[in-house]
Amino acid sequence: MLTSPEAKRGNNRVSRGEREKHAAIGSLALATRMFLGFTKLEPRVRLLPKPCRDPKETRVALDALAFQMINGLASASGLFFVAAGLSIIFGVTRIVNMAHGAFYMLGLYLAVTLADRLPGPFGYWGGLLLAALAVGLLGAAVEVLLLRRIYHVPELYQLVATFALALILNDAALWIWGPEDLLGPRAPGLKGSIELLGRRLPDYDVFLAFAGPIVLLALHLLMKRTRFGRTVRAATQDREMVAALGINQALLFTAVFALGAFLAGLGGALQTAREPANLNLDLAVLGDAFVVVVIGGMGSIPGAYVAAVLVALVKALCIALGTVEIAGWAFNMTKLTLVAEFLVMALVLVLRPQGLFGRPHGAPARGLASEAPLRPMGGTGRGLAGAALAATLAVPLVATAWAYAPVLALDMLIAVIFAASLHLLMGPGGMASFGHAAYFGLGAYGTALAATGLGLPTVPAFGIGILAAGAGALVFGWFCVRLEGVYLAMLTLAFAQIVWSVAFQWEEVTGGSNGLIGIWPDWPFDSRTGLYLAALAVTVAALSLIRRLIFAPFGHALRAGRDARLRAEASGIDVARIRWLAFLVSGLIAGVAGGLYAFAKGSISPETLTVGRSIDALVMVLLGGLGNPAGPVLGAGAFTLLQDTVMRETDYWRALLGALILALVLLFPGGIAGGRLRR
Amino acid sequence: MTAPLLEIEGLEAWYGPAQALFGLSLVVGGGEAVALIGRNGAGKSTTLKAVMGLVRRRAGRLALDGADISALPTHHIARLGVGYVPEDRRIFTELTAEENLDLARRPGRDGTDRWPTERLFALFPNLAELRRRRGDAMSGGEQQMLAVARALVGNPELLLLDEPSEGVAPIIVEEMTTAFRTLKADGLSILLSEQNVALCAELCDRAYHIDQGELRWSGPMADASSMVE
Repeated sequence: MLTSPEAKRGNNRVSRGEREKHAAIGSLALATRMFLGFTKLEPRVRLLPKPCRDPKETRVALDALAFQMINGLASASGLFFVAAGLSIIFGVTRIVNMAHGAFYMLGLYLAVTLADRLPGPFGYWGGLLLAALAVGLLGAAVEVLLLRRIYHVPELYQLVATFALALILNDAALWIWGPEDLLGPRAPGLKGSIELLGRRLPDYDVFLAFAGPIVLLALHLLMKRTRFGRTVRAATQDREMVAALGINQALLFTAVFALGAFLAGLGGALQTAREPANLNLDLAVLGDAFVVVVIGGMGSIPGAYVAAVLVALVKALCIALGTVEIAGWAFNMTKLTLVAEFLVMALVLVLRPQGLFGRPHGAPARGLASEAPLRPMGGTGRGLAGAALAATLAVPLVATAWAYAPVLALDMLIAVIFAASLHLLMGPGGMASFGHAAYFGLGAYGTALAATGLGLPTVPAFGIGILAAGAGALVFGWFCVRLEGVYLAMLTLAFAQIVWSVAFQWEEVTGGSNGLIGIWPDWPFDSRTGLYLAALAVTVAALSLIRRLIFAPFGHALRAGRDARLRAEASGIDVARIRWLAFLVSGLIAGVAGGLYAFAKGSISPETLTVGRSIDALVMVLLGGLGNPAGPVLGAGAFTLLQDTVMRETDYWRALLGALILALVLLFPGGIAGGRLRR
Repeated sequence: MTAPLLEIEGLEAWYGPAQALFGLSLVVGGGEAVALIGRNGAGKSTTLKAVMGLVRRRAGRLALDGADISALPTHHIARLGVGYVPEDRRIFTELTAEENLDLARRPGRDGTDRWPTERLFALFPNLAELRRRRGDAMSGGEQQMLAVARALVGNPELLLLDEPSEGVAPIIVEEMTTAFRTLKADGLSILLSEQNVALCAELCDRAYHIDQGELRWSGPMADASSMVE
């Protein structure tokens, strides 16, 4: 069959959209969820009783629950290995390793390959261990070659750099193993199953359920009883002091990163007999591992285990309940599995921001705060802005000669608005959102539903889309602004995933994975030029509003709260409120971009809400530089141009994008629009 | 004359864009105890941190035993025989006292261990009872003693003491002063940053007075005491 890796990799349900990459990342996340949540669950769901009414059925439901819980423990083990690795690495190096899911995925691929190549029972178990060790070694290499160069750059750049690494590793796996799923052999000695509560439970799942606590115990002993463990615990608290006692930090960091990668590789390798290796696993596992680490508390290994079990049990509960009737409404609880873990995480973060076993974190002084004061644009800047405006105004004139120009230019305008909205939040606001697609998507869905479902004219429909995004930002922002740094980023990601799940599952309203079609603007926006000029006007309005806000007292208060929260509060600024307001404005403007997108494409799908889209916006902002209000304009323009031209031409656009991001972080930590970051 | 143990020449240091030290020079000879006195924010702690390589941006010459250490990483400087007792003690609170000590234990440059446990507990008798106690269950004074002990088990030749009397009960300060005198008598060089001039006077031979990151005065300790009073 002649399918491109792209089409293979992406579940072709959403590849209808114009941008293949978005479609691919969209379906990547989608397929991911399907993989972890749906496909595996479907057979089990069938085993379950329909809503239970008499006591006998209740008993059956309890059996089902118990069965699901034991099954959940097997899943929890794999998740725990990854989360523990992530947690140990973060504790010592303060780096949130976005490539950790890729380590898991590579562990599984390597183990499958080795188990096939090596002879006999040793092939399986030996291959498993060798795979984990190889991933550990890869981790050490990554630490030495990449991370050592980015320990001193702001936190956000570290996140993005390790994400870039994940992209590169994913394409490396595509290159080595191809796009097909790889199924490993079954584990020698554990091929059977045991009877439990009238159901058959595979031996291997029972083994995995025990493997988790065993590794937990091993890690506990390593941490408590060995010099290495003591050093890790001490460094988690105070790295500088550890160095001042004569301990080589560089070596320690490499060792810790290797250990973390080994654990992730082991987690992946242990899945050999359970699930096929595929290219969607990295992001899926990463998302779940984040949730687990955040619930359990960054840096706490027992916390990671408890959280992994908690998440697995909540999911098990949802599946076991099946369809329940609440006040006459039939509600399928199995659908909740997709959002259950994120709901638990949101709840934990609000009640106990440091996680169940985490320690309250100190002031996140590093990173985004180290920015030079903003200066209003000078004469040159104004001249350039004027020239850019003139050039964009002239685009419809060249449409006859270059038909693609208005399409590309409209894509750019939408990207510029989206990036500018995120920049307001991240630059002056100091809040890194990893889920900004939520507001973009809400804007797109709001607009599309108002235009198609309610049959509203273009302008009111657009307005409703913006309000929908604003409403989302208002609610999610209330939670998010209470957190800082990595935790804030994770919570924004969680909320975006929830919105994605809702859009994906609420088929009656959102059209599910097919999305909504036939969203066409009416006169005078129904011509290409009409829509383009309207979009240009909206872009100019949005950018002017952001500029005004940044240099208004609101912007000063926002930056004051970012640079020194306590001092700002002591001078009478309600930082949480200002940040909430910034979140709202940013969400509204992202909604503007989303609404325009809906009209520009004529159809939308859940891919408008994916992690990939959020990351694109992040890259645009970083490309342009955080310290300059003009940054997102340049970043979004450059990124869209690159995406619509170069990256279309290759199957390995992920690696290309990854390499671009790495080059950016390593060479120009201030972005292409300057705004040099101070350390 | 042999090179002094620690030699600082034209030291400058920055925190971000803010300069904290402006061309500071001082020396500590072998077996000598030297006081660094000055007000809060004068740059005393920064000086000690700069010696340890804990201030990222700095300039000027730092030499230990005549060898330049200004480009070395922190752990390397520590291994060359510099023990550091930081201002806020920085005990690893989740580790027990014993674990804190084990972490730091390493032989001196000549390969000998001058601070076996018995000798350490003879110097700080209280610590013997606290071996299994976690750092966060200790009082400020106990933590301070542990911080000094932790520096000693690394068998340093130069001890950097940053405000050891701060926030510590007077009785403990007295005990520590006695311990410091023992250490000095044992041949250890000490650079002591202190606001408590009385403590300096009991221990130190010479003093440097710094203010706003610059050296204001240096001379014999006796003169410094009378000057301050």
